[in-house]
Amino acid sequence: MKRINAIVISLVLAALSASAVAQNATRESVNSASSPAPVETLIQNATVLTASHGTIQNGSVLIRDGKIAAVGKNIKPRDANARVIDATGKYVIPGIIDCHSHTAVEGNVNEGTLSVTAMVRIRDVLNPYDVDIYRQLAGGVTTVNILHGSANAIGGQNAVVKLKQGKAVDQWLIPDAPQGIKFALGENPKQSNFQVPGRPRRYPATRMGVEETIRESFIRAKEYQHEWEEFQSKKDPNAVPPRRDLLLEALVEVLQGKRFIHSHCYRDDEILMLLNLGDELGFHVQTLQHVLEGYKVANEIAAHKTGASTFADSWAYKLEAYDAIPYNTALMTQRGVVVSVNSDSDERARRLYLDAAKGIKYGGMTEEEALRTITLNPAKQLGIDHRTGSIDVGKDADLVIFSQHPFSVYTVPEMTFIEGEIYFDRKADIERRESLKKEKQELIKREREQRTGPPSRRDDKKDEPALRPSEEGEGDGGGVR
Amino acid sequence: MRIKVYGVAAVFIAGVFLAVSHFSVSAQSRTETYAIRNARIVTVTGAVIENGTVVISAGKITAVGAGVAVPSGARIIDASGMSVYPGMIDSGTEIGLTEIGSVAGSVDTGEIGENNANIHVDVAIHPDSSHVAVTRVNGITTALTAPRGGEISGQSALINLDGWTPREMVLKSRVAMHINWPGAQGRGFEFAFAQQQRSVTEVRREQDRRIEALKKIFNDAKAYADAKDARAKDPSLPKQDMDLKLDALVPVVRGQIPIVVNVNTERDIKRVIQFTDELKLKLIIAGGVEAYKVADQLKAKNIPVLVGPLYRMPNNEDDPYDSAYANAGMLFKAGVKIAFQTSSSAESRDLPYQAGMASAFGLPKEEALKAVTIYPAEIFGVADKIGSIEVGKVANLIVTDGDPLEIRTQIKHLFINGHEVPLSSRHTELYERFKARP
Repeated sequence: MKRINAIVISLVLAALSASAVAQNATRESVNSASSPAPVETLIQNATVLTASHGTIQNGSVLIRDGKIAAVGKNIKPRDANARVIDATGKYVIPGIIDCHSHTAVEGNVNEGTLSVTAMVRIRDVLNPYDVDIYRQLAGGVTTVNILHGSANAIGGQNAVVKLKQGKAVDQWLIPDAPQGIKFALGENPKQSNFQVPGRPRRYPATRMGVEETIRESFIRAKEYQHEWEEFQSKKDPNAVPPRRDLLLEALVEVLQGKRFIHSHCYRDDEILMLLNLGDELGFHVQTLQHVLEGYKVANEIAAHKTGASTFADSWAYKLEAYDAIPYNTALMTQRGVVVSVNSDSDERARRLYLDAAKGIKYGGMTEEEALRTITLNPAKQLGIDHRTGSIDVGKDADLVIFSQHPFSVYTVPEMTFIEGEIYFDRKADIERRESLKKEKQELIKREREQRTGPPSRRDDKKDEPALRPSEEGEGDGGGVR
Repeated sequence: MRIKVYGVAAVFIAGVFLAVSHFSVSAQSRTETYAIRNARIVTVTGAVIENGTVVISAGKITAVGAGVAVPSGARIIDASGMSVYPGMIDSGTEIGLTEIGSVAGSVDTGEIGENNANIHVDVAIHPDSSHVAVTRVNGITTALTAPRGGEISGQSALINLDGWTPREMVLKSRVAMHINWPGAQGRGFEFAFAQQQRSVTEVRREQDRRIEALKKIFNDAKAYADAKDARAKDPSLPKQDMDLKLDALVPVVRGQIPIVVNVNTERDIKRVIQFTDELKLKLIIAGGVEAYKVADQLKAKNIPVLVGPLYRMPNNEDDPYDSAYANAGMLFKAGVKIAFQTSSSAESRDLPYQAGMASAFGLPKEEALKAVTIYPAEIFGVADKIGSIEVGKVANLIVTDGDPLEIRTQIKHLFINGHEVPLSSRHTELYERFKARP
């Protein structure tokens, strides 16, 4: 969570989304489902940026059964009917992985009524009809880590999904992705930049209180864990089991190493606080999110084997972002931290490939290091690098074809594959536009003809579609959550 | 042909500006003479010079070409393998008015009240703001800094991103009157909240009411200006009460200063055009996400568009996914004059990348470069001063190792007002400090 995380804003978004439900029918026709994959697909004559083992000039990627079957030069499909895509002059990279997203969340991303809400789950509120899904696919994004907002010191449980638009949302979840949970430190959980009208201030209101909130929660979780262990060790059929507590259960999973902490943070002191608290209480911090002052304590982050997922160059939107520098990505990488570049916004997610290039400009990362910040590194951070994040045989065929080098401002993502299926095809998108325009006019016409209200109010502006309140927006809707 | 049309328009706009504005002459003494040699010179307005020299003296460009002699005593910069471009211009920023978004005490972007025609940013630009150096080291040498509050926000200034005092930075003040169009969506979340309680008809009625109120202000300003003129001719007429807000609008209703209107939807852009036609104002559209849908009308009326920020979603769910990126290219194809704005302070350094992205989605590369150099200079009436590498212009230049719109390109030298500015900023200083941490 970046900007103001006010509950008041979330409430507005929740209210707005209610009106969006009615529009789902239109969305489905606009965003047609992916095309079914043939047995084999060969992408050939491309510059293949593998993210794991360098660049292959004039290379090919063979896709079979949704997996990468071969990568290299002079590759031939086994099947005579294989789909062959000539990518001469084009670039292929692994599907982009966004390690910090709030996309497709129906309604509020914050259960902001309490400071600790480890029991709530993103997977319960995914909206597969969110129009931004397609827009992100068009930016080459294939996998996202959907997190709660940063209103709470301990937020809820994340969902790591592939953007399989058109498929049932259950199929979006990566089945073997480790579960995670959102934590948050600093200005947002202490609610220093906003107040919810009519509500008293909430504990914690300082960074000290944030630390105590997390500490207390884990102490309770340990006691809960102990109760269960004691009960299970008794093996007494007449013993009464402890009462289940879904909040503490999630934290016990953290203590057991089964659930990853993804913690929102900014300042060096709070970063160290969480790492040290983890040492003391026995939990590991999988990723630090935003971590804009990570460069100041990169040694400590690296020593804890904690990943860092940051913005390429955002700064100065609040006090704790004032020491943010665009060299953060490179500096942390140089100190041995696994670094990813994330969006925190549906809008920014569409151009992560350019944000990744900034690591080269600011701090001199190599091309492959920079590419890894949006592919292999977030895959490692999310524990899914065994199946995605690089172009290697046996991994899921999550791929993007770019018109030019993905780090050039002049590049355009042209095709996006998830597990071998095409979810975005720019050529087809452009071809579809005229017929969609016609369809819209038809629908408006039909709506007008069927409308039974007093005609005078409608007839004066014949050339205009009826205004939908959520449509004529000034904002992008993506950056405020 | 298109160039010619632009040229004519530019001369016209420039003339109008010259008539009313006061240029500040830099108080800094710029005695340095530089010669940038062996460079590829991208002049923007003329042909590219593959291997040439640019001479800078007393703040101005004094010579450009292949066979240019180096004056004695000049500091020589060998730019072998490098290119010289004019410094880039961001056509809409908050630079100097804001430091940290969430810290109210550091933010001076928006005044209270709907009509603040009389406020002007040139008095509140913080020369030592860290945003100034952070922006310029990416090759942006000039920015339009504009106020944001209310409906009539106030007057903007074009500032060079170097100087000890605001006056040294200001290239031109009172560039335009900035207006937030009272859209059907309203502004901010407060309005979004209220809107949920009201029907579309009610929302539109409210918009109509606000537009009428805005119109009344401009008509009042016309009457005020007429009365002022009449009394100037005939001192026996009764003395007119001073009204600072109406007084500030006099050059606007006389067509001497343009209005820059922040407006994005097709419907609202059409209404703005109608509004300004009726009141005979000079219009520049800012934002204009759906301007491509009104391109022919904008072209016919010669209305420039300050496109951006590009970093945003399409307005409508059924707009093409890339419409915010493709907007600039479609406007260009229709013959509309464009320049890019980031509408930001912290993100102003991404101006070249936003222009580059517009190019990826249809705007020719050369046009993208012009839209961050000579076109904004023309739109704001300072094409005689900045925006290209020509003899007599202010020496705002960058020396690069490649295309300045590409992210990987590094700025090697930076000149503002003919002075070589170090390539350091708050960010490079923090970088150096923590890079050295054991």
